[in-house]
Amino acid sequence: MIIIAERINGMFTNVKQAIAEKDKKVIQELAKKQTEAGATYMDVNVGTAAADQAGAMQWLVETIQETCSTPLSLDSQKPDVIAAGLKVINAENGVILNSTPLNKKSDEEIFDKYLEMANQAGPKASIITLTMDKNGVPQDIDTRVAIAAEIVSKAMEKGFNTQRLFIDPIILPVKVPNAQVQPGNILAAMDQIRYLSEPAPHTTIGLSNLSQGASERSLINRVFLAMAISRGLDSAIVDVLDKDLMNVVATAEMLMNKQIYSDSFLKVYSTANGT
Amino acid sequence: MPIPEIAESFTGSVNRVTLGATNENGGSRSSTITVGGARNVVYGGSPDEAGEKPVIAMDVLDSRPGDWPDALAEPYKSVLDSPGDWAKKCVEEYGAELICIKFEGIHPDKGDKDASHAIKVTEQVLKAVSVPLILWSCGYDEKDNQVMPKVSGAAKGENCLIGTVTEDNYKSLTAIALADNHFLITEAPLDINIAKQVNILASDMGFPLERIITFQSTGALGYGIEYAYSIQERQRLAALTGDKMMAMPAICDVGYESWRAKEAKLADAPGWGEVVDRGPMWEAATAVCLLQAGVDIIRMRHPRAVATVKHFISQVWREGNP
Repeated sequence: MIIIAERINGMFTNVKQAIAEKDKKVIQELAKKQTEAGATYMDVNVGTAAADQAGAMQWLVETIQETCSTPLSLDSQKPDVIAAGLKVINAENGVILNSTPLNKKSDEEIFDKYLEMANQAGPKASIITLTMDKNGVPQDIDTRVAIAAEIVSKAMEKGFNTQRLFIDPIILPVKVPNAQVQPGNILAAMDQIRYLSEPAPHTTIGLSNLSQGASERSLINRVFLAMAISRGLDSAIVDVLDKDLMNVVATAEMLMNKQIYSDSFLKVYSTANGT
Repeated sequence: MPIPEIAESFTGSVNRVTLGATNENGGSRSSTITVGGARNVVYGGSPDEAGEKPVIAMDVLDSRPGDWPDALAEPYKSVLDSPGDWAKKCVEEYGAELICIKFEGIHPDKGDKDASHAIKVTEQVLKAVSVPLILWSCGYDEKDNQVMPKVSGAAKGENCLIGTVTEDNYKSLTAIALADNHFLITEAPLDINIAKQVNILASDMGFPLERIITFQSTGALGYGIEYAYSIQERQRLAALTGDKMMAMPAICDVGYESWRAKEAKLADAPGWGEVVDRGPMWEAATAVCLLQAGVDIIRMRHPRAVATVKHFISQVWREGNP
């Protein structure tokens, strides 16, 4: 399982403050903890508060890389913020460009820009693409799959290996009125997305979004993650510091025969899986 | 019509392990042996993914074997009482790349020899040959825990491969192998889950995963080879998909297991062909089969079987080209 750790995000107060005050220690501490907890990649999101997002992205990347070599996932919908991060990153062990929709009204070519940047970033650079286009986030199964199909065919057209492509079917908060049908739709869409190419694109979800505003957040996240892994999900953006959640990942991977069982399977999961 | 590229590629690899210590590294071996490094299955992927070619370790017993069939004992009849001469013969005449001393004679039912005997044998073999050594216990835990630490000490500095440790008996030999800077063999009874667990247990004691070789137990042709084959294959695939607890090179005990088969040793079986041929054939067939599952070191016994398997390896791993 490709685990993308979510915690270095300007939406969290301590990260926001650290960015504002250029307090390296907070960021480096988080990087260390998330790496130890089994992060395959570490998401880096400057949030919306920073006035100079490109500058903040560079500062975060440099700050993390001073003490930690876990590959990063540069998280922004703005190509210039991603580009700024890529300028200072060491992408030798890989990098994820996170994320782009297929297209959007204000920028029909946005996916092309991400493909271009990923190609320049080296052979181990990947992209997370959202099943979303200029009409917004689809609510049904078929439109999600149709957009995913367009994403895959466009990537293949441009010679971009589908093993470097992550498709995010966009999980919405379950607490939003009428949204309770969405988790089921996501699973059904994933069933089809994995047959879009050979080798299949990765699938990923921003798990924490599911339980936004709900009670029993960790439980909701854990249960859905297990359900999604059983449907072929092979990556997720999660809170790696949630030990119970990581235990679910280890157990689900073992039950799906992705990891060989041993009596210490929980304990070794991060070691065996980590980078 | 172009041939489509269907080779699978993997992100992980089998650890590369170098056994033996030369003068520069504080030992007395004339050369070292490197195994592992495969980044694909056998015959899979591009030639540069094949890793190091597999090697043959020939068995030398610490005391005269009591139950070897004539066909097997015959080539060694002049050296069966002298482990040093025996080892020398294996290296010089039969091209053994490693010598595996099997301390059969320390077993309470097979001679019950003591630590001083085992130390003497180790020293004799170290002196007689300059290839790296494998030091293999008798399998009786209590006796192994008394004797093998002494054997380890007698070969200190030579970077030997020493074993075996099991899920139920791993602490003392793991600790001493770590202290004496040897490589360790972890053993499991044809059970992939236990195999992984033993590696974890050794690793928990601080033993580096990069210094472990796994022994999954071996079944000979007709006697469970399919279990051994599928476990070796599964271990290789786990290594290739990035499971660091299963990324070790593997060793098989083909010699002992093959010569237990009645087809290999039964003299009075007119319909089966000459007994002098059957044993070596059984041993070679078993080895060749397991090599294809992804095994890095093969323990063998009969010189003719060794010659056949060496030829096979030289053809399949030609210039690293499977």
